Amino acid sequence: MSYTVRKFDAVIVGAGGAGLRAAIQLSEAGFKTAVLTKVFPTRSHTVAAQGGVAASLGNSEEDHWHWHMYDTVKGSDWLGDQDAIEFMCRKANEVVVELEHYGMPFDRLDNGKIYQRPFGGHMSNFGEKPVRRSCAAADRTGHAMLHAMYQRNVKVNTQFFVEWQALDLVRDADGDVQGVTAMDMETGEVVVFHAKATIFATGGAGRIYYSSTNAFINTGDGLGMAARAGIPLEDMEFWQFHPTGVAGAGVLITEGVRGEGGILRNSSGERFMERYAPNAKDLASRDVVSRAMVTEINEGRGCGPNKDFVLLDITHLDPATIMKRLPGIREIGLQFAGVDCIKEPLPVVPTCHYQMGGIPTNYRGEVVIGTDSTPVKGFYAAGECACASVHGANRLGTNSLLDLLVFGKSAGETAVEDLRKNPGAHKPLDTASIDRTLARLNRLNTQKGGSSVHETRLAMQRTMQKHAGVFRFDTLLKEGVTEILKVADDVARTEIKDKSNVFNTARIEALELDNLIEVAKATMISAEARKESRGAHVRDDALDTEETPNGRDDKNWLKHTLWHRDRNRLEYKPVQMKPMSVDTIELKKRAY
Amino acid sequence: MDDATRARMGRLKWHCRRALLELDIVFQQFWAQHENGLDAPTETALTRLLALEDHDIWDLINGRAEIDDPELTELAESLRIHCVATPLEPR
Repeated sequence: MSYTVRKFDAVIVGAGGAGLRAAIQLSEAGFKTAVLTKVFPTRSHTVAAQGGVAASLGNSEEDHWHWHMYDTVKGSDWLGDQDAIEFMCRKANEVVVELEHYGMPFDRLDNGKIYQRPFGGHMSNFGEKPVRRSCAAADRTGHAMLHAMYQRNVKVNTQFFVEWQALDLVRDADGDVQGVTAMDMETGEVVVFHAKATIFATGGAGRIYYSSTNAFINTGDGLGMAARAGIPLEDMEFWQFHPTGVAGAGVLITEGVRGEGGILRNSSGERFMERYAPNAKDLASRDVVSRAMVTEINEGRGCGPNKDFVLLDITHLDPATIMKRLPGIREIGLQFAGVDCIKEPLPVVPTCHYQMGGIPTNYRGEVVIGTDSTPVKGFYAAGECACASVHGANRLGTNSLLDLLVFGKSAGETAVEDLRKNPGAHKPLDTASIDRTLARLNRLNTQKGGSSVHETRLAMQRTMQKHAGVFRFDTLLKEGVTEILKVADDVARTEIKDKSNVFNTARIEALELDNLIEVAKATMISAEARKESRGAHVRDDALDTEETPNGRDDKNWLKHTLWHRDRNRLEYKPVQMKPMSVDTIELKKRAY
Repeated sequence: MDDATRARMGRLKWHCRRALLELDIVFQQFWAQHENGLDAPTETALTRLLALEDHDIWDLINGRAEIDDPELTELAESLRIHCVATPLEPR
């Protein structure tokens, strides 16, 4: 199989929020920038983000970035790096205002300022009471954001390669990254994008789970490529289960519903969150709410014939408010649950939603490896595929759009700095890593008597759902490791019947599965090893004691996991507890 | 199915990969019922529908929005009916 080579200063993989934001920095600085994307940029999964973007603008009431930082550290269950969290919260107002200048149509107050609403886990005055911090554009915040940034990129001449599947990193013998190999879906042609700067902004891998709010495109392509190139994956045991996926379908009911007054009820109609989070109630952090819901279901207070969901009640809200502030929610209820939420509560269950871990980076967007966080030359990552780490063990709602804006920009800025420092020619291409990619493609094209992509993917999703769900059990995790490694053997011998080159969706799905399985292995193995509960990683055998509040064992487990694909090796690196300019937010029991 | 048709269907199937899970589920069910390809009017209508923005497609399917276009209206209604059925296995 042959390939051609195209040279750019920078190549960005992924055209969701993080990729588009990074591209703006590079193209505005005059660098020749290619953006590769599987789908048209404005069809990236960022479109699905409804709730808003967090920024302590203080437009409706007093707010401060330091309060936001406190909430984020607490939300992360102290696993987030406090330097990166301070950086993100301090930059929030700047990136939101920039977005406004790109043309983002934020909702407005009567005085013309950006309207802000409360969101789970966001509080004023270091955890005192909910604060209005989320900036939104009706229920289309992510969509409006992508459009604003795509238009900006068109203006600054970013070159888009739409419907291209990135295959692998090109990494040379020194460990430097030199670009990516990619396949044009329209022709099947393989091209090496040779670049001095490579930025991954490929999003998450929520499709490793059977029940997920993620669109089908979220297959962890960047994580799979990084893992195959010898880059470890950080904190992959931490997956956020969104409290309110429609039972059965997985479709997300935005947290904004609870922000506007929605109440969770059990089978006896009780507002059970009052027992679990007396202050924040239904607006507590996502993992707290998810765990409470699962506890209600496990203890027999679930609803429906199988008592396997709880209810989200907005019947007490003015229908006009629902239609104005929460458009689309009624239709989701009608379509996927057969329920009119104006008259009846919606059946909901916690559903896999967001990947807190990812490719290890620092706050500058540089990919870092090893326990001393050494930057990998020429490689950057941002957004859900990256782990800066600002979300730690649990992400707060509306911090994901903030993450992709702040760290998309930061990765772009750092790449610009590095390109300016390195104006010479590209390093010669390392052909060995390209040959490995071609061999992988050749294996897939010639496999006989192999496994079905569809069946193998389902086996992976069921294994992850059963063995590494909201609540985790030692025996199930240990069995899960054995099971997922068996599935991985099947992934290595997938077979496709259709060998055609033009829009061969069977081949694309097989290549996506190659990426998903790396994420699944990283998740299961990292989760089995972490013998505590923290944020979204909740083990039934981690006891709530004075020394280990909520099962969190800071003495032994206040550290980041690094999973290596090679021999499934794990190593650990310290959490950065020192912020940039303020005092450390000291460890304490996380309660709302 | 000849190569040219298979390529067209492949392109359309890929264009059904969307940003919203809602649409992925709807189109998954649609293709499950059209494994052997589409007739020409359906192919044309689907191509036109897929050129719209995700939220707009979803609004047409769930009935929140209307469009002065009988072909797209008919296709959206047909997709709405597919959608109400039990979801298939995930992808």
